[in-house]
Amino acid sequence: MKSSRIVLLVYIVFLMLPIYWLVNMSLKTNSEITGPLTLWPTQITFQNYVKIFTDSSWYMGYVNAVLYVLINTVISVVLALPAAYAFSRYRFVGDKHLFFWLLSNRMAPAAVFALPFFNLYQAVGLFDTVWAVALAHCLFNVPLAVWILEGFISGVPREIDETASIDGYSFPRFFGRIFIPLIANGIGVAAFFCFMFSWVELLLARTLTATNAKPISAIMTRTVSAAGMDWGLLAAAGVLTIIPGAVVIWFVRNYIAKGFALGRV
Amino acid sequence: MTGEARELKPYNNRAWFMVLPVFLIVAFSAVLPLMTVVNYSVQDTFGNNTFFWNGIGWFKELLDPNSELGGRFIDALGRNFLFSFLILAIEIPLGIAVALSMPRQGVAVSISLVLLALPLLIPWNVVGTIWQVFGRSDIGLLGWTLTGLGIDYNYVSGVLAAWITIILMDVWHWTSLVVLLCYAGLRAIPDAFYQAARIDGASRWAIFRAIQLPKISRVLVIAVLLRFMDSFMIYTEPFVVTGGGPGNATTFISIDLVKIALGQFDLGKAAALSIVYNLIILTVCWVFYTVMTHVENAERRVQL
Repeated sequence: MKSSRIVLLVYIVFLMLPIYWLVNMSLKTNSEITGPLTLWPTQITFQNYVKIFTDSSWYMGYVNAVLYVLINTVISVVLALPAAYAFSRYRFVGDKHLFFWLLSNRMAPAAVFALPFFNLYQAVGLFDTVWAVALAHCLFNVPLAVWILEGFISGVPREIDETASIDGYSFPRFFGRIFIPLIANGIGVAAFFCFMFSWVELLLARTLTATNAKPISAIMTRTVSAAGMDWGLLAAAGVLTIIPGAVVIWFVRNYIAKGFALGRV
Repeated sequence: MTGEARELKPYNNRAWFMVLPVFLIVAFSAVLPLMTVVNYSVQDTFGNNTFFWNGIGWFKELLDPNSELGGRFIDALGRNFLFSFLILAIEIPLGIAVALSMPRQGVAVSISLVLLALPLLIPWNVVGTIWQVFGRSDIGLLGWTLTGLGIDYNYVSGVLAAWITIILMDVWHWTSLVVLLCYAGLRAIPDAFYQAARIDGASRWAIFRAIQLPKISRVLVIAVLLRFMDSFMIYTEPFVVTGGGPGNATTFISIDLVKIALGQFDLGKAAALSIVYNLIILTVCWVFYTVMTHVENAERRVQL
């Protein structure tokens, strides 16, 4: 038993080391970073973080990213709920094919869509707005939400639907009052995964924005300047992108596997 | 949505009204752009937005290993398969080993789960940045340590070092996914099974082969397919670390595709490449779907 714990411990140390190194660097001055290597900051500075929170060209990157992620999450979950219910409860023309087609979009490589999306959103005049990125991310997040929610809804016995209808509940009232509270966990998990996959994606977000709606992950590349690399600033920006995920992960810790396996575990 | 339960489900085409919004938004995001891609793939241009019909010319060139484009494609495809194979060979056994060593109850479980999941939630280019910095010999812990030990390690110029870096990065980034899936499978094993095994005096290996492995085989299939598909589409992380180099040593299909499409604006070539790439993914996806539904059917039959 003891020896097996060591495997876990070593693995977690391996996971934490690079993250520690990033945090470590974000608290150093650039002269300390480029000087002789130190395992922890000799004089802690928060200058890098102050710079990000006071310079609008930096913090707007976070605002943009959070905006399109939230828009995308709301659209995905709201649209996916009735669809997941339909897939779980009824048979209809083309249901199997449609379900597979959704999955195939979840798995589609973003690189294939980068150029056509660029053309499409320029044509409809949404280029360089948070809406373009929010809608583009629907390509993989709506199918993801449908699959996850379908997994959760199938875990709710159909007798509940039938009982509610015998008790005289209209469908919308049943759906809002009884059913949604029953699958609240599933909705939370679906929302978390939509949030996450939209948050970590860069290629589409970078391609569809120019100046006004650039997300933080794309702005980070700006730290390369004529004066050389601003490593401390880069590290601080990186640390701040890890925080949103780290904050919410605690609430979904028991469902992470289920979410990644598209509701199928 | 499949299996025996299907037979009990009522047939009702009005369910389409509930699916319609999803259908419309995904069609807008997927079908429209794919139509542009198909359109580009059969045309050529000399600029100025004038296009002429090129038939299947681009596809011929793409699948001909002797042409410039075809050679590039075959090379990148080979690198993709090698990469996917290597990371699966490392991540699956490592993931199982870590999952087996997870605690089974208490706060330790929650803490381990959160720490394990952390790399999965980091934006992909930040993952790249983390490893780009971590591997540098002047400011990164890994590079500095290796150089200090007298090992010639430089991922910018060395092909082997570049490959080791991106594989190590992927192992760091995604092994937790395998761990979490396996752990979910292991948790479903009732304690009575272990007690019975202890009474029989079964060895650790026997317990693994007879009790644990069968229980996680289902999630393992899911893990392998998910990891294969995601690693096959990898773009951001290696792009940030190596930019596809040294030379073309770490240029995967995605990286090449973006280079051709957004870098050179070579629309015909990029579109033909996109379609072939997408077809490969679609095939694997179909396997994934079939396995998923098959497994669900089998499970329902057991429960009934």
